[in-house]
Amino acid sequence: MALLEIDTLTKRYGGETLALDSVSFSVDDGEFVAIIGPSGAGKSTLLRCINRLIDISDGDIRFDGMSVPQLRGAALRRHRTRIGMIFQHYNLVNRLSVIENVLHGRLGYKNTLQGILGLYSDAEKREAVRVLETLGLSEQMYKRCDQLSGGQKQRVGIARALVQQPKMLLCDEPIASLDPGSAKVIMDTLRDINTTMGITVLVNLHQVDVALRYARRIIGINRGQVVYDGSPDTLTNAQIYQIYGSEAGELILDLKERYAA
Amino acid sequence: MPPDVFFRRRRLQSLLFFAVIGALTYGSIVITQFDVVQGIAAVPRAFVWAVANFIPDERAWSRLPRILEKLQETVLVSIAASTVAALFGLGLALLGANTTRPHPWLSLPARGLASIFRNIDVSVWALILLFSFGQSGFTGFFALFFVTFGFITRVMIETIDEIGADSVEALRATGAGYGAIISQSVIPACLPQLISWLLYMIETNIRSATLVGILTGTGIGFLFDLYFKNFSYGSASLVVLVTVVAVILIEMLSNSIRRTIL
Repeated sequence: MALLEIDTLTKRYGGETLALDSVSFSVDDGEFVAIIGPSGAGKSTLLRCINRLIDISDGDIRFDGMSVPQLRGAALRRHRTRIGMIFQHYNLVNRLSVIENVLHGRLGYKNTLQGILGLYSDAEKREAVRVLETLGLSEQMYKRCDQLSGGQKQRVGIARALVQQPKMLLCDEPIASLDPGSAKVIMDTLRDINTTMGITVLVNLHQVDVALRYARRIIGINRGQVVYDGSPDTLTNAQIYQIYGSEAGELILDLKERYAA
Repeated sequence: MPPDVFFRRRRLQSLLFFAVIGALTYGSIVITQFDVVQGIAAVPRAFVWAVANFIPDERAWSRLPRILEKLQETVLVSIAASTVAALFGLGLALLGANTTRPHPWLSLPARGLASIFRNIDVSVWALILLFSFGQSGFTGFFALFFVTFGFITRVMIETIDEIGADSVEALRATGAGYGAIISQSVIPACLPQLISWLLYMIETNIRSATLVGILTGTGIGFLFDLYFKNFSYGSASLVVLVTVVAVILIEMLSNSIRRTIL
């Protein structure tokens, strides 16, 4: 069953710049999809249209049967609670402790007063602790986030998304600022979340090798258009070349040979 | 371009720069007919006169309790004006910053308002407010309040956009409401900067309060004005000394606070 249906989605910036140009695809419940493409291709814009951090110019997005483009106010907030998001720069409040940042994931469920005062129930706190334990962060629970390494910060970001109890995770370049070791931990974590918890994962990547290794489906985007949509196995060198354009072509072809085998 | 040409051009640029500065200085001196030599020659004489007249005498020291009392008043007014202004400034900054403004149209008016309040000097505010409040503590309070309000708004708009933007995006993505985003992410992220700027403004305002007091006839500035006009230079200089000591003490205190919170 399709969890997410995107139909001729178009996003214009300032009337002229076309960031997304009639993008259409659908994602089934439980899929692990990697969106690849060069910088500025529209990958981040696409993810932010899905949870409506930015408004859509044209087309339709349906999530779990509900139309997204027209959502406002409380309905939009409810929509966002069902989708967790993970960022390249983690986007944590660095001065707060790990557990406080994780509990931020619950704010979408709060009324105005509870939200302003940051009132969390005991059950929510226990859940935050449990999620931190599964991600191997129990030691860091009360540390300030600015004392953590990049990989740990990203795991806090994942924990914050998980306590939302989302149906889907949007990951915007989750490993672009990490060293290879931490990057592997994060990608393995995302795969575990996908397989054991059944949460659909949509991840923007610009590392083709990582996408090929983890995703069961690849969507290639170039200049706001979907230029490939299918299994990593059938992705040919020519198609990678097409996704990334001429500049990066040679390098990526090498990667493909090394990792796809 | 070969390197020797590059470096020759560089040298020429710096030479030209200093030539322009030199010409500007000389031009200014010629136009204002300021005699540098005479000015510098007058310094020792002025110094000797100052030392002879401005050393606090016995009468000055007997006035110390009164001076300290007025100083305390001035310090407290500065703290009150700065703190209240910081709260209002934070509020306006939230309306004006790109990341937290409730509506894009609010940004320009908020920044404009901050600019007006900040760019009118504290002494001008004091003179303007003299008409509304007369020679009372309110005049001084509001003069300091307005300047601080404009300044805090301006710097906090920048702080919020600089360090708040990322976490605001993350909290919006979780479905958090506006109030929760402000109180759970923007305020905790920006609070140390706010406190640091507040401390800075308290120091600045104690200094300004001296001038404002001369204009409005209140606080430590009033005492300075009074003694000075009565030719009690010793007492006037004791006022200055006491103020300097107070500002240095507060500076040291706020530096240690800054070290712990930042």
